[in-house]
Formats: sequence, structure tokens, C-alpha cells
Amino acid sequence: MTAVVAPTIGAPISSGHRLRWMFADIFTITWRNLLALTRMPGAMFFSILQPIMFVLLFAYVFGGAIHIPHLRYIDFLIPGIFVQTVSFGSTSTAVGLCEDLQKGLIERFRALPMARSAVLAGRTTADLTRSVFVVALMTGVGYAVGFRIGTNVGLFLCGCLLVLLYCYALAWSFAGVGLSAPNAETAQVMVFPIIFPFTFASSAFVQVASMPGWLQAFAKNQPVTQVVNAARSLMVGGSVHDTRAVWLALAWTIGLLVVFIPLTVRKYRRVS
Amino acid sequence: MSNNFSFAVEAHDLVKVFPRGKVRALDGVSFHVEEGTILGLLGPNGAGKTTAVRILSTILGPDSGHASILGHDVVKEAETVRRIIGLAGQYAAVDENLTGRENIRMVGRLSHMSWKASGARATELLESFGLSDAGDRVLRTYSGGMRRRLDLAAALVARPPVLFLDEPTTGLDPQSRQDLWGVIENLVAGGTTVLLTTQYLEEADRLARNIVVVDHGRVIAEGTPATLKANLGTSVVSITLRDNDMARRAALLVSSLSAKEPIVDHNIVELTVEDGPKVGAEVLRTLDAAEVPIGGLALREPSLDDVFLSLTGHKSEAETEAERAARLGRAKGAKHRGDDPSDAGGRDAA
Repeated sequence: MTAVVAPTIGAPISSGHRLRWMFADIFTITWRNLLALTRMPGAMFFSILQPIMFVLLFAYVFGGAIHIPHLRYIDFLIPGIFVQTVSFGSTSTAVGLCEDLQKGLIERFRALPMARSAVLAGRTTADLTRSVFVVALMTGVGYAVGFRIGTNVGLFLCGCLLVLLYCYALAWSFAGVGLSAPNAETAQVMVFPIIFPFTFASSAFVQVASMPGWLQAFAKNQPVTQVVNAARSLMVGGSVHDTRAVWLALAWTIGLLVVFIPLTVRKYRRVS
Repeated sequence: MSNNFSFAVEAHDLVKVFPRGKVRALDGVSFHVEEGTILGLLGPNGAGKTTAVRILSTILGPDSGHASILGHDVVKEAETVRRIIGLAGQYAAVDENLTGRENIRMVGRLSHMSWKASGARATELLESFGLSDAGDRVLRTYSGGMRRRLDLAAALVARPPVLFLDEPTTGLDPQSRQDLWGVIENLVAGGTTVLLTTQYLEEADRLARNIVVVDHGRVIAEGTPATLKANLGTSVVSITLRDNDMARRAALLVSSLSAKEPIVDHNIVELTVEDGPKVGAEVLRTLDAAEVPIGGLALREPSLDDVFLSLTGHKSEAETEAERAARLGRAKGAKHRGDDPSDAGGRDAA
């Protein structure tokens, strides 16, 4: 009666085997998401255009009115732009997951013998990969408008890594939003009210000291400011050198990962 | 690990209540599928068919009851079950931004086939589903029928011995429907066990060895298509009259020709009978003798609606007038299926 069943079917799988397949599954989902991205050149073009416009807007329109002591505004701005760009980019994690859910793809994934976590890990890894390209591109754009590394290339790359790690933590947080949203359009508008205050009421574009006192209390103690200050310290240094911010940014980022990975995984297990 | 089981798929007393709206989607459903056969799970929208499939394919846990696939419990041995099942559905769960080949390959990789093996399998499946030319096109460019075929192809990539098809032909044109039926028949000929949900009696009739009829989360009838139809009569004689009054008059005149009461729906009278042609001729003679003018007379096989009317005393709620018209149109097309070159691609997906 069991003739049609392959002999391996009931066999237990070793944990090493399981781990290897988990990484293979994450790789497959990452591959799929990146492939999908290349099939939407229009969306890619405009998602790259937006941060470039932010650079131009702040460098040439608002920049003249913002005075930073002992520092050219463009050097102050670019690390902030990095963080803003990857933050805005992480909306796509929420939107993409919500679309997969709506289109029944996640349903199909659930009936496959793949690792449960790979759907989320693959999505966030794909978004991280995209952010690597965006950060590289923004470095080029920054150089074109006059940004110069104030420390050295090694520290600058450490700054990029920190921004990318933060991006990864955000992707996991917003993945949870994507799983909670009724549809992709709603996911998009649900994410922005979260990102917007954190990004703009931070040290990304202006000094926190220029804000009213009550806002300073928020701006000084939220993750975006810490990550921006840390990136600035590593990329520009000098008058904005801030070792404490680097540690705080790392702590925030790891904290976000520790809190949101289990929360999002739990949410994923529950959605039906 | 040896596993003794009597049936490829067994569902025992499944209950699932969705808290939102307190819907008892399944209210104690039991059935089984013999290995290498097709079971048709028949019922209207909202009957609980999809919920049953989702439980059997480990996507959803039952509130109570248990189910097993080839002897493996769908809850306790979910991971094993996922390695022996394939799932394709009415929503064609495919990635629109990938090509057909990439979609199949993705499912192959996630079923833990090697990159090379999944690629070879993709080529093979695209070929046997008549999608070779479209294989490297992005899915956005596919028609509904092509998508459905690709969805089924993706479900078959790891050669699962048990296949769940959730309304595989809903919304398809007659030709695509015929094509898919051919594919499914070939699969079963190759030894695959299939659980098929459908709203169409015609589909269950053509494909399934056994049929389970569900309504409101309960099994209301089961048996072979022959036994189900035997209870119902084998054909329906449908007489169109000039108006409603004339229809009522005709119903009285012909009521003696059938064991069951004639059904009057506006100006149409329907008789469910064993021998359609014979009764049809009787109807003509009777009404002619009584000088009742006839607008039209048609013979058709009993529909899901007839089954429902007979089993539950109510019409299947899901079926709207438009759906009914579409279905009847389809039934007509299917009459010629004997000489239909439906296996254009010589499909052999097993």
C-alpha cells in the first residue's frame, strides 16, 4: 500500500540537514524577491530617484538655511540621508509581504516542506540586499554634490554596515506591519506615520538642539538619532565624533532585532 | 518508518470554527480517499470545502477531529505531510513577477530539490502542460487558463503522491477546463491520489470515483456519482412554456410522468426522470393532446442545483442567475467531449 511513497518520506531529518535547508530556503526566497524587483524597473527607478531628490532638496533648497557649527552642511546631511533612505525603503518589506499574503503565495509556502522562518528571513534579506545597492549609489550621489569622507574608508564602511544593520532591524519590524495590514495599499500608509516622525524629528537633517525642548526630549532618545549620530561619527568624525552614539546605535539596533524578530515570527505563524 | 493506513487521505470528525463571525466552517466532517483515486468534495461557496483542504494540507489546524495523509497525522507530522502533498487552488498562487520556469523552480527548490533537478523538472512540466513557449515569460502576461496550469505544474514539481486541487477549474473557459481535466486524469492514471473540490457536479461526475457533498460544514451525502444520481434520476426534462400560467397547467398535465414533483420556475417546468428521451416524447404527446403550446424542450443531466434541491430542499445559495447561465452553457459544450481534441498537448504530467 505504501508503494508510491518514496522511502525517505517518514525518515527523521538530522538537525544539520535541517539547518542547511533553512539557509537554502532563505536563499531561494531572497532570490525570488530580488528577481521580482528586477522585473519592475519602473518601481526601481523611482525608488532610487526619491532619495536623490532628497539629497538635492536638502543640499540646495533647505541647506542654505541650516547652519551647523564647524561642519559643511553636505557632510552633516549625507549620513542622515543614508538612514532616511533605508528607513523609507523598508516600507517595501511591509508592502511586499502583504502582497504575498493577499495573492495566496504565503498559503502555498505554508504547504511546502520549507523552513517557516524563510519567508520572513528571505524577504528581509532581499530588502537588505537592495539597501546595499542604494547605499552604494547614495555614496556616489553624495560625492557628486560635494560630500567627502572625514575619517577613513574603513570607518566609513563600518558606518555603512551599521546603517544596513539598522535597515535590517527595521525590515523585521515592518514585516510585522505587513502581516497585519488588510491589503498592500493600507500597509503602505500604515508604515509612513511610524517612519515619518522618527526620521524627521531626529538629527538626520538638523541639529536636535534647534528643536523646541519637548521635541528634543523625544529626538534625543529615539533610535534614528542614535543611528544617524553613529553613522556621522564613523563617516565624518571630527566635530561630530561620538563613540557613545555608536554603542547606543548598536544597542538600539540589536534591541529592535531581539524584540521584533520573535514578534513578527509569531504574527506570521498566526496569520491565516 | 513503516506506516499502515487504509486510505491515502483520512479526515475524521473535523471541526473548525472561525472566531470572526462565529462561522462553523466545518461541523464534524469525515471522509476518506482511496489511494490512486479521485475524491470529489462537492458543495457551494462557503460549504467548507476550502477549509477542509487547508486543514489537510497543514495550513490550518482543526479545532477538533484528526486527519492523516498516507498515515501521517496532519498536525503531529505536519512536516512529513508537506513532503508528500501538492496543493493547487482556485487563486493560482503564483508569483506574477517571475517567469513560469522560475515559479516552478522556486517551488522545486523549496521542496528541497537540487537547483539542477528542479530546472530539469521545470522544463519537463512546462512541456507536458503546453507551456514550453510561455515558460520564459513573466506570469503577468499569462491568461487565466495558463496561470491555472502553471499553478498545477508547480504543485507537481516534487511528484507528490497526494494532490489537493481546490476548485481547479472555477472561472475557466470550457477548453481550459477540458485541458485540466485531461491532466488530472493522467495524473491519477499514474497513481496519484487526488482530492478535488468543486462546485460543479459535472466535474465531479467526470473525474471522481467517489463524491462527498458538503453544505454548511456538514457532509450531506456521499457515494459514487452513479449512486448519487440514481437517487436523483438521471436526467432533467426542461419544458419552456409561453407564460407562468401555462407552465402551471403543463406541470399538472405532466406530473404523472415522473415519480418526483415537477418544479415550476416562472415559465419553465422541470421533471427529474430516469429515462429522459422517453419522458420527453411523452411530454410532447401529452401537451400536444391537451393543446398546450410548447416554447422549447430540452434534456440535460442533473446539475449541482438539482442535487442540492433534492438533498437539502434548498437551492445552492452560491449560484446566481449568471453563474447558472454560465454553467448551463458549459454543460452544453461538454456534451461533445467525446470528440473533443482536449489533449492537444498530449499531456502527461505524472
